[in-house]
Amino acid sequence: MALAQQTSPHARRARPTSNLMLWVMLATLPGLLAQTIFFGWGNLINVIWCIALALGAEAAMLRLRGRPIAFFLKDNTAALTGLLLGLSLPPLAPWWVSAVAVLAAIILAKQLYGGLGSNPFNPAMVGYALVLISFPVAMTTTWAEPALIWQSAPSLLETLNIIVSGQQSTIDAFTMATPLDQYKHNISAQTSTEVLQHPTFGEGVARGWEWVNAGFLLGGIWLLFMRIITWNIPVSVLGGLAAMSVVFGTNADLYTPLSIHLLAGATMLGAFFIATDPVSAATSHQGKLIYGAGIGVLVYLIRTWGAYPDAVAFAVLLMNFAVPFIDYYTPPRTYGHHKARRGIPGRNQG
Amino acid sequence: MTQLWDFSGGIHPAENKYLSTTRPIETPTLPERLVLPLQQHIGAPAEACVSVGERVLKGQPIAKVTGAFGVPVHAPTSGNIEAISMQPVPHPSGMSDWCITLIPDGQEEWAERDPMTDYRSLTREAVLQRIRESGIAGLGGAGFPTDVKLRPPKDRKVNTLILNGAECEPYITADDMAMRERADEIVTGLRIMAWILRPERCIVAIEDNKPEAVAAIRKATEGTQTEVVVIPTKYPSGGEKQLIQILTGMEVPSGGIPADIGVMCQNTGTAIAVSRAVLHGEPLISRITTVTGRALSNPGTFDVLLGTPVEHLLTQAGLESEALRRLILGGPMMGYTLETPSVPVVKTTNCVIAATGQELPTPPPEQPCIRCGMCAEACPMELLPQQLFWHSKAGEHEKAEHLNLFDCIECGICSYVCPSSIPLVQYYRAAKGEIRVQRAEHLKADRARERFEARQARLEREQQEKEDRRKERARAAAEAQARNQAEAEDAGPESPAADNRAAKSALVEQALARKKAKASQPAAPAVSPESKGESKVETTEQAPDIDALEKQLSQATAKLNTMQSMLEDARAENADNVEKLERAVAKNHDRVKRAEKALAEARN
Ligand code: SF4
Ligand code: SF4
Repeated sequence: MALAQQTSPHARRARPTSNLMLWVMLATLPGLLAQTIFFGWGNLINVIWCIALALGAEAAMLRLRGRPIAFFLKDNTAALTGLLLGLSLPPLAPWWVSAVAVLAAIILAKQLYGGLGSNPFNPAMVGYALVLISFPVAMTTTWAEPALIWQSAPSLLETLNIIVSGQQSTIDAFTMATPLDQYKHNISAQTSTEVLQHPTFGEGVARGWEWVNAGFLLGGIWLLFMRIITWNIPVSVLGGLAAMSVVFGTNADLYTPLSIHLLAGATMLGAFFIATDPVSAATSHQGKLIYGAGIGVLVYLIRTWGAYPDAVAFAVLLMNFAVPFIDYYTPPRTYGHHKARRGIPGRNQG
Repeated sequence: MTQLWDFSGGIHPAENKYLSTTRPIETPTLPERLVLPLQQHIGAPAEACVSVGERVLKGQPIAKVTGAFGVPVHAPTSGNIEAISMQPVPHPSGMSDWCITLIPDGQEEWAERDPMTDYRSLTREAVLQRIRESGIAGLGGAGFPTDVKLRPPKDRKVNTLILNGAECEPYITADDMAMRERADEIVTGLRIMAWILRPERCIVAIEDNKPEAVAAIRKATEGTQTEVVVIPTKYPSGGEKQLIQILTGMEVPSGGIPADIGVMCQNTGTAIAVSRAVLHGEPLISRITTVTGRALSNPGTFDVLLGTPVEHLLTQAGLESEALRRLILGGPMMGYTLETPSVPVVKTTNCVIAATGQELPTPPPEQPCIRCGMCAEACPMELLPQQLFWHSKAGEHEKAEHLNLFDCIECGICSYVCPSSIPLVQYYRAAKGEIRVQRAEHLKADRARERFEARQARLEREQQEKEDRRKERARAAAEAQARNQAEAEDAGPESPAADNRAAKSALVEQALARKKAKASQPAAPAVSPESKGESKVETTEQAPDIDALEKQLSQATAKLNTMQSMLEDARAENADNVEKLERAVAKNHDRVKRAEKALAEARN
């Protein structure tokens, strides 16, 4: 009788990390589907390209670091990072822009910090921010016009060709600004009615963005339902954004209205799939609320007064900086104690 | 309707209770031998009071306790004592301990029993004493001596007495089956405890997955003030702290006991034991234990004699040896694995699980923590398990303690939910262990320092006193001399030599006068003729001699003190020079005594 010697608990719930990550990846499918329907093949190609590159980079780094490759690749975290980048980068972004973003995410932001669980910053957002700063032209002109209303939507091969060749001139004909960008740049000179006259807002681009955001919202709600993420971060991100927009920007003639904030850009993807990355987020209930609200507020601030049209990546990264601080000051009150023990040992003992 | 509160966190693991609830409680056959550990619970081990070869009767005490903390052990059946020896005992570390081995003779011959049928006419103290003598320790978890628990601190009044029938761990059905079949005995036991404590409320709490038990207890409590409260099924609602929160909304203060907020919890098994001890005069010699798991063809609930080897029980329950992978004592959440099935059932054994590899698979290898917070979400104590893990692993004990490591009840929930398969509880246990060891060492070092400082202070004080005495004497001598000189001057001018002589003879006269006065006292200590002679000779030089003797004495005393503290240190460290130091201390002790005696004589 070979009796196994193990410590309690002897029972475990079988839902390993790899499984969680897989569910998160599956939950992005409605959003990806909407992207493909409305903006063409670009994002789908990006997603495949980014996942493949992410897995390759992860494997190479694990090898260099002398870690078991298969064991870590199987946790699906690298694939998820690739997927998130593929979803957030402009659909017609040239292949090398995606490559730089993915490599920066996996190598710089993740593996050089010690791999899974040790990275203080959200890897996908590090990659995204890096290419946004480095290649502003490629990043802002490659947003595709919705394919549905497009007379001659580029075929899969055409799209592939655009991405691989990276020829900006051919893209010009197919691309236009995002609704966030459009509204922000024109509202200073025009009224909201005039701004909304622009083709970006008609049945066109804005409708596409709305569907994409609805797709990610749907996936996010499913994750909540599956208890893979908790409500705290998405709700506080959206709440923070909405609150700022209500406090500062109710006048649509001056500021982007709430509906556009919520349904354009990377809002839902950010709130449900990016800000909820557990490794780089705050951990306690209260901490998550603060963290999420911070992201919501920063998204609004940067979108409204910053230099970039969308701000999810910067907002997430800035709040990543604040996580250790938030975690120190938001531990829950333990059962049987009068108050929570905040701060670092030696101070504020309660 | 009692208001129910919720506690934060908690989980709903697969219950697997149906495995062992299909049949009524069974009594296993008498095993070949019973092995009774002298320590089956928290507290001091009992001392064997029988000898090898002796025949004992069922219920006869075979090991007694002398200290306040601990309970005696009784013979579970009649038979012969085969051995008193080290045997493997049920313990997470798989250790051995002193046990009495009893070979049953099959006669089941009872020792004399003394029922207290009308216990209400007796003093509460007498009933408490009976509970203690019956060897009752909490039958739930840690096995705290029940009579000690039933004596809450004088300044604490128990308002609410809770009988814990929640039984929230998966697999375990001992309390459930006992409530179904022995509800009357349980309620009687509860009433006896309530009579001792005089609480305002008595509650029996049962999880809603045990409808039969609820019905049985409801029936048994009909017409009484006892409330039967059905609580939602959730692990760990049977944890004392969580149960109190569910029923009262109050929290037991950290580091405190439930009595601090006027509550006491007792286990249903304990209630049965109390009832049998008081009403029938039967000590605790058996307990109800679940024997379950998928490696058994016939799992069930058994009324087991204490000391029955687990092996024997497994055989009774139809063990399929090839299928057995893990043998667990207790539940799957908090129980521990056994290295060998030959350990005995003790007072705290509520469940044995013989699990197959499929049933409780080996956990996958540990992955890095992804800070998902699921552990914090589910922790019933509202701790931050991942931070505790981080600090425990890094050996940052101060930080772990700051995050209330010691409030962790080791319920295992965090490990259960962790997607990275990190054995979190194991890290906490290790950290707690290390901290305890460190604390013990600090305490020891502090004690040693205090002892050293005290000795230093004492030596200084003695030195000071000696100095004071010397000065006093010098002053007295100077005065005497001055007086003598004045007398001599009165008598006329004389040489310094004569002067000296006069002073000396004056001293001698004084001494003689003292001596005479002493001798005339009836209670004067007997002095040997020899020393009398000596003292006569010495009389002339008495003053300087006392000084010398005093010096000798203080030196001897100082030496003795040094040796004594060295001995204490050595004893504390279990050093091997203890014996040598003991001899040295004895020798120095004699020296001091001799010096004292000599000094006393000299002063006479
Ligand atoms: S459940 Fe495991 S992986 Fe998640 S935060 Fe806790 S320790 Fe880390
Ligand atoms: S074992 Fe401790 S830290 Fe883990 S869930 Fe239970 S009480 Fe919380």
